[in-house]
Amino acid sequence: MEHYSMNLTLKVWKQQNASAEGNFETYQVKDISSEMSFLEMFDVLNEQLIHDGKEPIAFDHDCREGICGMCSMYINGRPHGPWHGTTTCQLHMRAFKDGDTVVVEPWRANAFPVVKDLVVDRSSFDRIIQAGGYVSVNTGVSIDGNAIPIEKDNADKAFAAAACIGCGACVAACKNSSAMLFVSAKVSHLALLPQGNTERKNRVMNMVSQMDKEGFGSCTFTEACEAVCPKEISITNISRLNGEYAKASLASDKQ
Amino acid sequence: MLDSKIPAGKLEEKWVDYKGHCKLVNPANKRKIEIIVVGTGLAGASAAASLGELGYKVKAFCFQDSPRRAHSIAAQGGINAAKNYQNDGDSVFRLFYDTIKGGDYRARESNVHRLAEVSVNIIDQCVAQGVPFAREYGGLLNNRSFGGTQVKRTFYAAGQTGQQLLIGAYQALERQVALGNVQMYTRHEMLDVVVIDGKARGIIARDLISGKTERHFGHAVLLCTGGYGNVFYLSTNAMGSNVTAAWKAHRKGAFFGNPCFTQIHPTCIPVTGDHQSKLTLMSESLRNDGRIWVPKKQNDDRKANDIPEEERDYYLERRYPAFGNLVPRDVASRAAKERCDAGFGVGTTKQAVYLDFRFNLINKYGRVEASKLGIENPDEATLVRLGKEVVKEEYGNLFDMYEKITGENPYEVPMRIYPAVHYTMGGLWVDYELMTNIQGLYALGEANFSDHGANRLGASALMQGLADGYFVIPYTIGNYLADEIGTKPIPTTHEAFEKAEAAVSDRIKTLIGIKGKQSVESFHKRLGKIMWEKCGMARNEKGLKEAIVEIQQLKKEFWSDVRIPGNINEMNTELDKAGRVADFIELGELMCKDALDRNESCGGHFREESQTEDGEALRHDDQYMYVAAWEYKGESDWQLHKEKLEYEVIKPSQRNYK
Repeated sequence: MEHYSMNLTLKVWKQQNASAEGNFETYQVKDISSEMSFLEMFDVLNEQLIHDGKEPIAFDHDCREGICGMCSMYINGRPHGPWHGTTTCQLHMRAFKDGDTVVVEPWRANAFPVVKDLVVDRSSFDRIIQAGGYVSVNTGVSIDGNAIPIEKDNADKAFAAAACIGCGACVAACKNSSAMLFVSAKVSHLALLPQGNTERKNRVMNMVSQMDKEGFGSCTFTEACEAVCPKEISITNISRLNGEYAKASLASDKQ
Repeated sequence: MLDSKIPAGKLEEKWVDYKGHCKLVNPANKRKIEIIVVGTGLAGASAAASLGELGYKVKAFCFQDSPRRAHSIAAQGGINAAKNYQNDGDSVFRLFYDTIKGGDYRARESNVHRLAEVSVNIIDQCVAQGVPFAREYGGLLNNRSFGGTQVKRTFYAAGQTGQQLLIGAYQALERQVALGNVQMYTRHEMLDVVVIDGKARGIIARDLISGKTERHFGHAVLLCTGGYGNVFYLSTNAMGSNVTAAWKAHRKGAFFGNPCFTQIHPTCIPVTGDHQSKLTLMSESLRNDGRIWVPKKQNDDRKANDIPEEERDYYLERRYPAFGNLVPRDVASRAAKERCDAGFGVGTTKQAVYLDFRFNLINKYGRVEASKLGIENPDEATLVRLGKEVVKEEYGNLFDMYEKITGENPYEVPMRIYPAVHYTMGGLWVDYELMTNIQGLYALGEANFSDHGANRLGASALMQGLADGYFVIPYTIGNYLADEIGTKPIPTTHEAFEKAEAAVSDRIKTLIGIKGKQSVESFHKRLGKIMWEKCGMARNEKGLKEAIVEIQQLKKEFWSDVRIPGNINEMNTELDKAGRVADFIELGELMCKDALDRNESCGGHFREESQTEDGEALRHDDQYMYVAAWEYKGESDWQLHKEKLEYEVIKPSQRNYK
């Protein structure tokens, strides 16, 4: 692997707080190594800003290994940047070349208001989980882990859906700001397992209802969400959610 | 002075007896009792959910934007449990024994036995929550092996076990939030414990969005705030992982146990340059299928695949034939360092060894698949292709992650790996009930010191976090709170809250008022360098003494020259970080002091003065068979208390993995 260094122009969204107006600021960064991660490039920029007596850019990040779901940059018009199946923190600078201009924005969605600069509020996702994204078992009452065999295929599909990291890229990519990929991943994960079966009808109804309440848009199946999902969550989960929702609605005796 | 409150009786009956006799709080009284849980990783989320289910009023705090993002989520390989589903001779006793031995005989027997006992309940609980563990074709749970054991007892979900377990606990937590039993405070950081009449009665927290400090009352406070590996700057911890909550408790009187016991994990992606902000782990489970080697020739510049089999030194298999590539982490890390220091390292920096999957890809997986498909005499290309599919299913995300970071394809060329700071066995001293020496203040999970002695075995951190939160604290906290049912909530106008909040605010004002020249990050990097070089994989008296002086100087410089831009009453990530780094600096000094005091090698703590002829760690049970519990007395001033470790069942011996 050939390593190289580059100079870049960055246009970054700056917004002092939730109620302030934001704008793009332009920065130059020099001697960026192709071995750096995208966030390490931001570290370099922030150190430079601090050195110059300015305020650094606020951005969310934590594990820096692509699993916590905290990082959330909209890079050159794409959530998490140009690489497929990758979070911002795992994007590395060899994706760019010397002289590039990189535009960085926060997630844009009514249900994800900007907190500061590139930081947004995704608590709406937590509230959707609160509406039913769980199995209602208390600690300590469970039966032996091997008492119910689970068909491997279903277990694997449930796992693939459960791989969602709740980052919100699906919402950011969607022209309708729909959260259907996120919600369907959780509905699928639990509906595919016998443990989640008992509550499947209420779960899908309540989670969808909460999603609507939070101000997420409708799904028009453009598949943009799947294309940018860092965990490659499949839109077949959305189809499964629709099926679950239809069945639950038909079976509902609530008028 | 230190009472570990270990119940009397036979080892295997202690926990059963304890549960049968501990005090209970009736449901009506539980509703009147408030509990504060700080941190929402496996220990915190499982504790907050379980206590909420029991009917206590819980307030949970995390610094991330959602409780689901705590760093437990990054754990990869698996979780141990003594289920013996594989019929390979596992049992509660064996898990207990392996953990004590793996910890190099510096953990408490009673705690570890309890951990092994409840391990089986954890798996049942997680399955019931819908955690999608890996399964066999027959639909039953699958297992793999991990270092330091000879049985397959590790349950897993590809390379994302921590994520799946945490999501399970998070969902249980959010269910309690929905039911109104838990109140969740995200983007909040605990900055002090409030102690009234010797009992923990609340915390001072800072809202990281508004910057305002808040007072919260609790009848008890649980710190589930993880480990302090970031004292080394570079570690596999998340960027935000910090010691602050535990350190504030320490300064308020809670003893810090075995601070020098640090785990350096053998298989991490090597450092590439000064820009490096963190290190990434490649799961220990990879050592199941990867063979570790270096060239037999020093400074060999050939590409890995150009080096013929007979010129490779599989040094772990050579030195430790019985455990081979599956020796415990501390042993594997030191062996890698030894080879690199001797000039056999690989890659541009020569600070790396190879982790090679080709052999097992072909011989272990390729042949089985070929046999399943009825292919006779398959050629090597076919075996590689078939084997790859299986390896992909087992570890796919890890291989992808490696390729994203390094730009190299680990299916084709061996991974380059090197040890990195990963976990801290030390932590707040707790008794059998997980209570610190401050009444009503508990520490769970990695934040306490209790179960892993001087070295943690792989797949045991998840086990301990969930054991503490789901199955230990719900019982032991009742034993304390039963006597607190008459205690009315203390108004946060109480002078102890006033004073604590004022101290927190003053410190923040001081920090931001320094207006020096150097960034927080630059201080953190310098601290990390001191710690890694002088209190890292190998330590000696001279280095540690130097480190203490250097850290004291660094502390002075920090408090006179740190630059924090921005204001207090707004989101200010530099200010958040400054408080954490200031605490890391103090902790670093204590770690060196502890390492200096313990003039023996045990587990992850390797004192160069104390080794066998062939370079293995040499313990001195006659002098150091104790937990070092440090009491904070003032700036750079600690008093050592010793909790003697009594081994009633296991007879400590020099660890042998040969």
